[in-house]
Formats: sequence, structure tokens, C-alpha cells
Amino acid sequence: MYVAVKGGEKAIDNAHKLLKEKRRGDTQIAEITTGQISEQLTLAVDRVMTEGSLYDRSLAALAIKQARGDLIEAIFLIRASRTTLPRFGYSKPVETDKMELSRRISATYKDLPGGQLLGPTFDYTHRLLESELETDQPASQQHRGILSDQNSIDSTDVKSEIANEEQTIAAPIIPHVLDLLGEEGLMEPPSNEPKDHEPEDLTRQPLSFPASRDLRLQNLARGDEGFLLALGYSTQRGYARNHPFAGEIRVGTVAIEFEPEELGFAIEIGEIELTECEMVNQFKGSEKAPPQFTRGYGLTFGHCERKAMSMAQIDRSLRAEELGEQKTAPSQDGEFVLSHSDNVQATGFVEHLKLPHYVDFQSELELIRRMHQEHDAASPESDQQAKDMTTHEAAE
Amino acid sequence: MPENSVDKTAQQKWMAVLAKADWPTLEKLWKDQRNNYQFQTIRKPETGLVMVRGRAGGSGAPFNLGEATVTRCTVQSSAGNKGNAYVLGRNHTHALVAAELDAALQDETRNGSLLEEIIEPLARMAASKKQHHREKVATTKVDFFTMVRGED
Repeated sequence: MYVAVKGGEKAIDNAHKLLKEKRRGDTQIAEITTGQISEQLTLAVDRVMTEGSLYDRSLAALAIKQARGDLIEAIFLIRASRTTLPRFGYSKPVETDKMELSRRISATYKDLPGGQLLGPTFDYTHRLLESELETDQPASQQHRGILSDQNSIDSTDVKSEIANEEQTIAAPIIPHVLDLLGEEGLMEPPSNEPKDHEPEDLTRQPLSFPASRDLRLQNLARGDEGFLLALGYSTQRGYARNHPFAGEIRVGTVAIEFEPEELGFAIEIGEIELTECEMVNQFKGSEKAPPQFTRGYGLTFGHCERKAMSMAQIDRSLRAEELGEQKTAPSQDGEFVLSHSDNVQATGFVEHLKLPHYVDFQSELELIRRMHQEHDAASPESDQQAKDMTTHEAAE
Repeated sequence: MPENSVDKTAQQKWMAVLAKADWPTLEKLWKDQRNNYQFQTIRKPETGLVMVRGRAGGSGAPFNLGEATVTRCTVQSSAGNKGNAYVLGRNHTHALVAAELDAALQDETRNGSLLEEIIEPLARMAASKKQHHREKVATTKVDFFTMVRGED
């Protein structure tokens, strides 16, 4: 148990000064800006937003800078920051079939309605270091082009530039691959609960077991990527038999719709980037119904593909009980997975061991000394022999 | 104009365009017109959170995915129209301008010209940006061929 301590203020102040100095590094080298982090370390920002459970690119970039690149520390900072803000309400569920895609792939069908788009991916790269990235490139002088690569934002220019552009309509609806299988009756429905089910909220109530699917998905969405990756990997290696296919992975932007109480109608308040993964898993049937594939679902903020895939694997493995499977593996144990997935909780508990535990340890120390005394008193002879041995060894 | 334009009122459409607008452009476009109006602030720009929801399996029951920062603001125009804005992020001035424009657009005598000079250009700009993005992504469209396996 941690007991509060006093004193050490000066040393703590100085340690924090030293931390600032370390964070800045060699002052001969230009300071990194949050804009650079937000634009160029995008996947770090995406991870901090996802696991920090707060979509705000510039706040995540600031947290990464402040945390010296320690992403779990950055996630901690984001979680702390969100507690200072009021909650306006809940959005309408995002419609991922209307996503403005920047990537969409399927490992189950090569010819998908809507096509496969590789988008910006590390897949199929040779994983060789690109030495030209070691040379700094100067910033482009042009304004970041919204209008193709036009650079002016003078209002008259804006009007004339875009006057001739055809207005394009909304992104076409791209059906989910798993829903295509569903139409053939080969895939189970996306969830057992109805579409208007009111989900529970982890930020408003503590986790209790057995946890509902919506609570599990919320927990997994903010869960640690490394933890979920390892557990997902374990399911593929045979710890929970549910061989997955990546039915579909899509990355892109969706509109967020929110209905403010005072307005009484829903409005679009902006767009966010999401990554979605739908896994197809082994089928299940009964005497009454022909077999159907089962499914697992992953959804993250930003572009977090590995995380979305792992989440989908674990969403599926945690459905073991519901699907009548034998629970034999850690990834099927809801209490184990959900209690240990949160890296802020995990790091808080592990790292608190660094804080002074003097009182606690003193009592342990007293206990072990007393046990030694009792032991010595009970068997003086054997103890004498042991002492002789020690003296003998020391002499050598 | 904006996305999902089916079944949406004109106000929902302009509010969506304003919320999603490229901020420097919106600021520039409004600056030219702002002096023609007077507003009273009802609720100063305030940043808070909206919990974003997803659906299990993409189309099933809802779940809470995570929060997003949102800034809201309410103003009243001298004509008595209340303007509201909810804008993703923490840009207070963006929320203020969006609320002012929401109020101004409710004035029927001004609505037409504001739509033409501010909302439509912003909508076209967003559409053009999307089109540009789509064209780039389309270059990565892939056709895989399945090879016949070597073994019997």
C-alpha cells in the first residue's frame, strides 16, 4: 500500500526541470512542432486518439510532444484532459457504409462490388530503410492545397476558383462485405441486440461481469494495441479455435451527426477518420438452422489497422459463451481480457510500485525479522550450523 | 450540396457545411460580410465532448466508441434569429462564426445571397477536395489474380 510522504519538493522541482531539458534535447536542432507531429507522425497520433478515447488530432500531438514520444504516457495525458471537459451528449451511430474511403480491402473476395483500394499502406513494401528520408526537405511554400494544388485563399479567388467545379454528391454507399454474405443467409446478423439498443457507457459506470457486447466493444476500442495484438495472435495459434479471415478492412472519413437537445434535430458537426475491420470466423449451425459464418468487429479512430484487426479477433473470441464454445483460452475469458486491456489502468498500477512504500515495507521487514527470531529460538542447533557454514564460506 | 442531402432541411444543410468548412476560407468569406450584421452572444463558445457511437458489425446494435472534442456557440442576430453551432474540435472562432452565419441565414432577405456567396462556395470546395482525394485513392485500385496452386 502506498502511504503519502512529505518532503522532497526541491528535488522533485529539479527533476521536472531536468525532464523539460531532456524533452527539448540538443538545442542546436530545431524544436519539433505539434503541427509536424500531427501531420507527419499521423499513426502515433491515431493510436493516442484511439486509446486515449478522444478524437482531437492537435491535443494528441501535444500529448505526444509533452510525453517525449512515450505513447502510453501521452494516452494517460489525454485521458486526464478529457475529464476536465463537459459532456454534450452522444452522437448518432456512425454510418460506415457511407465512408469516404481512403482504403478498402478484403482477403475473402478478390472481386468486390465497389472494388478494392489499397490506399496508403505499408503492405507490399520491402521494409527496407529509405535513406533519403534522412535528408530534411524544406517546407513547400504553397498553401496546403484544398483546391487541388491551388494556393490562394483570398475570398474572391476562392469564389472564382471553385465556381466552375462540379458539385459532387455524397460518397456512394459501399456495402459491407459481411452483409453481402448475410443476404445469402451464410452470415449471422451483425448483433443480437436491435439497432436501437441503448448501449452502456464505461465512462459512466464501472465494468461489471459478465459484460454486454457493447461494453466489451467500448473497452476493446480503447484497449492497448499491444495487449490485444498478442491475444489476437494467441487465437490464431490455437488458444481459442476460431480461424479468422479478414472479410473487410476499410479506412476513411465519416460524418458525425449529433442532435443537440435545444435544437431538436440532428446536425452534422464534422468528419472523423475511422478504421473498421470485420473478421469472418468459422461457422456454427444447429439441428434447426443451417450453418452460418460468425463474425468479430473492430473499430478505431484514425488509421489503426493492426488494432482494428486484433479488436475484431478478440470481439469474436469473447463471444465463446454466447456461441456455445468451450472456454479454454485467455482470449475467451471476458473478465481476464477486459480487466487488463486498459493501458492507463495497467501502467498506473504497475508504475505506482515506484512510489515510496516505506511503511508497507517496514512492516514486512519487521515480520520477516520476527520470523527469523522465532526460527532461531525454536532450533538453536541447526541455526548454529548454518552460521558456521556462512563464516566458513566467507573465509574462503 | 452537403452529403446525405436527402430529407434534410435547408438549415441542416448549411449547418453541416459550416461545421465542416475549411476554417481559413470560412473566415475570409465571412470577413467581407460580417459588418452588415450585429449579433448578441447568448452562449459563448464552449468546448466539450460528444461520445461517438459505432455499430457492432458495422450495421448492428450501437456501442460507444470514444469521445470527440466539440465546440458550441449560440448567438442572436439583431433581427431576432437565434444561431447555433456545434463544430468538431476546439476552434472557438469557428464555432462563433458558424453560429453567426446560422442566425444570418435565417433572415429571408439575406438567405439567398449568403447561400450563394458563402455556403455554396464552401460546399463546392469540400466537394472538390473530396473529388481530388477520390481520384488519388482510385489510382490504388487493385485487381488480384488467383494463381493455380502447384500441388495436385
